[in-house]
Amino acid sequence: MKEAFSGIWIIAGQRDGELLRISFELIARGLELARKRNTSLTAVVFGAGMTNKELYRLIRCGADRVIVADFPELDKFDLELHAACLTALINEYKPEVVLAGATTTGRSLAPYAAMNVHAGLTADCTGLDIDPESGLLIQTRPAAGGNIMASIKSPSCRPQMATLRPHSCLPAEPLKGRGESSGVILRMKQLPPSPEGRNTVKHIGFCPLSEDFGIQDAEKVVVVGRGIKKADNLKLVFDFAKRIGAAVGATREVVDRGWMSYPHQIGLSGKTISPRLYMAFGVSGSIQHLAGMRTAETVVAVNTDPEAQIFSIADFGITGSLFDVIPALIGEINAGNATWIK
Amino acid sequence: MHIIVTVKQVPETRTLRMDEATGTLVRDSGTAIVNPLDLYAVELALQLKELHNAHVTAISMGPPHAEKALREVMSMGVDDAVLVSDRAYAGSDAWSTAWILAAAINTVKDFDLIICGERATDGDTGQVGPELAAALNINALTYVNHFELASAGDFTASRLVEDGEEQLAGKLPMLLTVVKEIAVPRLPVLEGKIRARRAPVKTLGQNELKLDERLVGLQGAPTRVDKIFRPQIMRDCIMASATQGQGALAAVKQLNEFLLTRRIGGGGV
Repeated sequence: MKEAFSGIWIIAGQRDGELLRISFELIARGLELARKRNTSLTAVVFGAGMTNKELYRLIRCGADRVIVADFPELDKFDLELHAACLTALINEYKPEVVLAGATTTGRSLAPYAAMNVHAGLTADCTGLDIDPESGLLIQTRPAAGGNIMASIKSPSCRPQMATLRPHSCLPAEPLKGRGESSGVILRMKQLPPSPEGRNTVKHIGFCPLSEDFGIQDAEKVVVVGRGIKKADNLKLVFDFAKRIGAAVGATREVVDRGWMSYPHQIGLSGKTISPRLYMAFGVSGSIQHLAGMRTAETVVAVNTDPEAQIFSIADFGITGSLFDVIPALIGEINAGNATWIK
Repeated sequence: MHIIVTVKQVPETRTLRMDEATGTLVRDSGTAIVNPLDLYAVELALQLKELHNAHVTAISMGPPHAEKALREVMSMGVDDAVLVSDRAYAGSDAWSTAWILAAAINTVKDFDLIICGERATDGDTGQVGPELAAALNINALTYVNHFELASAGDFTASRLVEDGEEQLAGKLPMLLTVVKEIAVPRLPVLEGKIRARRAPVKTLGQNELKLDERLVGLQGAPTRVDKIFRPQIMRDCIMASATQGQGALAAVKQLNEFLLTRRIGGGGV
């Protein structure tokens, strides 16, 4: 019965007809698995008014097939209705693996559908691997408050489902040699019937976030830890961050002390970031923090303690006080000696 | 009107331990508390009880000592409690937990609304709520930060999503998972504590639910913890010292050279 299931699926996310970044992060993950397992990659999209032009972006980045459920009823998120579509598609096509983003949508849709199709689902994965022979998905996620990692398998149920932390990898880019003819777009013909009449939810408004932190999309992030000693000292860090065009993040200790607000928090209990440059000042490097930044491209750390764990994950480390190092960094920028910024 | 609120007993975060052999969390009674995020669900249920004269039942799955968690929420004002407990259910994952809870809920009085916390602080999956809704075949709203009930089961609500707040309207029955912003949990009162000590807690197990044993417990859980490990996330770190030689300036010059090789760019402000 397990043999009847094949192919890797990702559930793409969109808003107002435009695919979200998470869709391409999932394509990157899915493509890796599909290649290793020597199977096809399918992207599933729910929405209203999805254009082929937008959907071909998924094909250019590596999807062999796009299945789109495009109905006015799917314009806004309704859990039961979206899950009914996903359930119907899984039952019809029998994918071996289904990946969704660990977003408010994915973390609702995936479990609802997993219950319907009796699938094992692993939440908030940071790593995925697949056994090329058996197709067994090896799902890695932080456990026990982020102190350890667990690798989880769903040996007997298919599909194997997982949600993936946003920004835990870089989004897929269009691949050389891939065009519109490299894959197919299938449109779902009708919404699945509802036996007892659906209790749909009506969207009556949307209130955007008043403050835009954008820390997850920033190419450079400066993170401050307990070594900052007090809130008054943050000015120095913000000043430096502004000069290099970086967003500012914080460890849980800093947020717990009320020195910075929760949206700045990086780590297991905060946001996961994957910037090109991550610079830590006075950050010790607890596992719970590392879980939120380990995929950063380049990691720089400044800490007075030469034994600080953050150095084990850094590419460049300075032992010393941030109160000496940051003024020196700013001085070199002012002197025109920090040419890497350009 | 009948509201069901789900409650989980969890170890205090700082005492979390894993069983190295089974990869499941060790649950002993010593440091167990009510999952802090469930208290927000309980508080919303109690506020709705006061406004709409509702009856509130708390339900929990866990070992026998999870009864303590149920008595604790009863001391806050919950009317009834149901403990779902059986050795056969030990080791259940989110899927089987939701499936068992749904079976248990189907044996108690009809419900209008089910309220769950966003996730439990131990397993941290946040999956049982939506899975429970699916198992009961009802719709659900997740990440709810505001909920108001009008007459005849019409409600307005809002959900906290990544880039803002969705405002919604709908009809009961519904399952909600709520976030911290929904309400401030009340403290137990003495009168409630006295009542909770004496109140009966209904227990449901395999004798009552007669579930297919292939679908419950460690054996029935679709997911299995294969192994647990300390993450190995080493990089080769070039070290410089800001405390020796020419101090911070020399270290910063070396860092700027290094960053140039990494082609970061992007410009400053």
